[in-house]
Amino acid sequence: MLTKKYVAALLLSFAILFAAGCKKKAPAPPPPPPPPPAEAPAPKPNPPMITLFAAEPGTIERGQSSTLKWAVEGADDITIEPGIGRVSANGSRQVFPSSTTTYTLIARGPGGEARRTATVNVTAPPPPPPPPAPKATFEERLAREVQDAFFDYDKSNIRDDARATLTRNADALKAIFRDFPDRSVSVEGHCDERGSAEYNLGLGDRRATSAKEFLVQLGVPADKLRTISYGKERPQCTESNESCWQRNRRAHFAPGQ
Amino acid sequence: MRRILPWLTPLVLGALFLASGQQEVIIKVMGGAQKPALAVPDFRGGGDAAQHTGVFNETLYTDLDESGLFTMVAKSMFPLAVPQRPEDFRAPLPPPPRRKDAQPQRQGPWLTDWSAPPANASHLAFGYLAVQNEQLVLFGWLFDVTQQDVSNAQLFGKRYFGPLSADGARKVAHEFASDIIVQFGGAPLTASKIYFISDRTGFKEVWSMNPDGSEQKQLTNYRSICTTPAVSADGTRLAFTTYARVNPMIFIHSLETGRRLPFYNQVASMNATPAFTPDGRQVLYASTASGYAQIYIANADGSGVRRLSNVRAIEVEPKVSPKGGEVVFVSGRSGPQQIYKMNLDGANVERLTTGEGEASNPAWHPSGEVIAFAWTRGFEPGNWNLFLMDVASRRVDQLTHGAGRNENPSWAPDGRHLAFSSNRSGSSQIWTMLADGTKLRRLTSQGRNEKPVWGK
Repeated sequence: MLTKKYVAALLLSFAILFAAGCKKKAPAPPPPPPPPPAEAPAPKPNPPMITLFAAEPGTIERGQSSTLKWAVEGADDITIEPGIGRVSANGSRQVFPSSTTTYTLIARGPGGEARRTATVNVTAPPPPPPPPAPKATFEERLAREVQDAFFDYDKSNIRDDARATLTRNADALKAIFRDFPDRSVSVEGHCDERGSAEYNLGLGDRRATSAKEFLVQLGVPADKLRTISYGKERPQCTESNESCWQRNRRAHFAPGQ
Repeated sequence: MRRILPWLTPLVLGALFLASGQQEVIIKVMGGAQKPALAVPDFRGGGDAAQHTGVFNETLYTDLDESGLFTMVAKSMFPLAVPQRPEDFRAPLPPPPRRKDAQPQRQGPWLTDWSAPPANASHLAFGYLAVQNEQLVLFGWLFDVTQQDVSNAQLFGKRYFGPLSADGARKVAHEFASDIIVQFGGAPLTASKIYFISDRTGFKEVWSMNPDGSEQKQLTNYRSICTTPAVSADGTRLAFTTYARVNPMIFIHSLETGRRLPFYNQVASMNATPAFTPDGRQVLYASTASGYAQIYIANADGSGVRRLSNVRAIEVEPKVSPKGGEVVFVSGRSGPQQIYKMNLDGANVERLTTGEGEASNPAWHPSGEVIAFAWTRGFEPGNWNLFLMDVASRRVDQLTHGAGRNENPSWAPDGRHLAFSSNRSGSSQIWTMLADGTKLRRLTSQGRNEKPVWGK
């Protein structure tokens, strides 16, 4: 069976070869001779051709550089103005213009003159960034953002108004301690002038402790708050009336030492 | 009615006794009304001593008057002839015989010139000033003018020497007055000191002065706040509260060297209001070591701390009785600050004041039976007046009555005088007075001055 298939393939191949040999029968005629050259005048030389004159980049900041590139054909005198002068036919040159400058390439040759311009736009550098906005100091932020908490006479419990004040203070203190992780705050307890100086030392200590404990409950780190009682030794004001007394019955927040 | 009356009478009498017994505690401290009637005529001076007699006479009279020991005989009652030496007394001759109603014949100054009306003196201090070897010499005598015989009248006669100056005149006057006071069982104050807080330098520092306000001296220089001074019974050590190391703590200084002595302060936001025990071997104070200010006792160097009180209330100002054993202190355990008493081991706590107003600044009388203290009873908070209390009976007498704020009474070593602070003059100053509220004297004027403690 295999032998019969080979025989058939061979026969087919011969048949194709015979068919191709049959087309090569008629050769093509030779082409006609070229026409005789015409009687022409002396050829005029071409003017110089500037194939390239460009500044890259075309826009720079003052102090940066741009590169002029050029390519000229058919010229024997090539200059670039201003400030560069005679150059060769192909080249490049770094330029440092301090202001916007239009460079002119002049190419002169037997065929005449050609000009082309390239402009380097110079922009002023952006003004230096302004100094960063002055950062509030620890002391400033404490004075601005953390308020005194006030107390009733001979009391150290946190009143409703003090509760609101201390709640705001807790947020402020947490933010301040984030920005000033190395600092601490002195929670000062103060009293009005009426109780005895000795008892007021103890009362001021209670007020400072109450305020601190409240702040710690609200997440202010306990190790950042140090209590101190001033009793009635450091009054805010010294008049003998209730409004002055109230101003002195307080927990005050001062930079820690 | 007849049946009720016998019952009512003791009640009425009792009420009368209570009403008139207002001075009971004062009398206990000051003694009864029966005081020697002392006549102190102006002394004269010979030669260069004459120019200092003014200072001398004023100092002598003030010392004796302010001792509170005497009824000072008014000068307008004095006889015209004033003796300068014992020899000046001339016994009168007996009245001439055979004449009715005859008076003794007067020969010169005599004891009865002073003992009889109008002077009615029991005692006479007299003498004179002179210059001897360029020194001021005081010749001083004290006579009991109730004696019949001049040879029995002299209680003492003594010479005193000092520089020929106003200071010298003051010195010999103080010394003579002290000898007279001692003669009547008093304790002279001239050697004692009053320690106090003054802000005259711009900072509250501890100062000292003489009981007449002279020689005011700065003892500390911490340029901070110093307050609540206390002095040991022997007068050698000074304890106080200071902010010199930021938080209030206790410092102790030697009054002999002026140097700071070691004292261990507990770890606390506050250690304050120190006081020595009478033997000077321990110190009581208030500390917030456990939270609220509480009373602690420690050795003189601060070691061996023990807590004496244990309540959730502010407790300050412990003061140990001069006899030892008992402590008075100020506590808020029942509400507004009041004075309490406990044993030195913390047991047997009792409230001494009634609970009215606010009470503070207890100070033991040297007898250990009476305290002086400040109280707002009957006044608005902050309007402190000074009171005495007999601790056993709780009877009180009021010494000041609304003239300014009167605080921090401190007993003189004689137990008859008090130093205290008052703003009655417009600013807080140190004053002294007798423990019956009389003989007020202002000692300071520069800056604000407060918290006197009277030491030896």
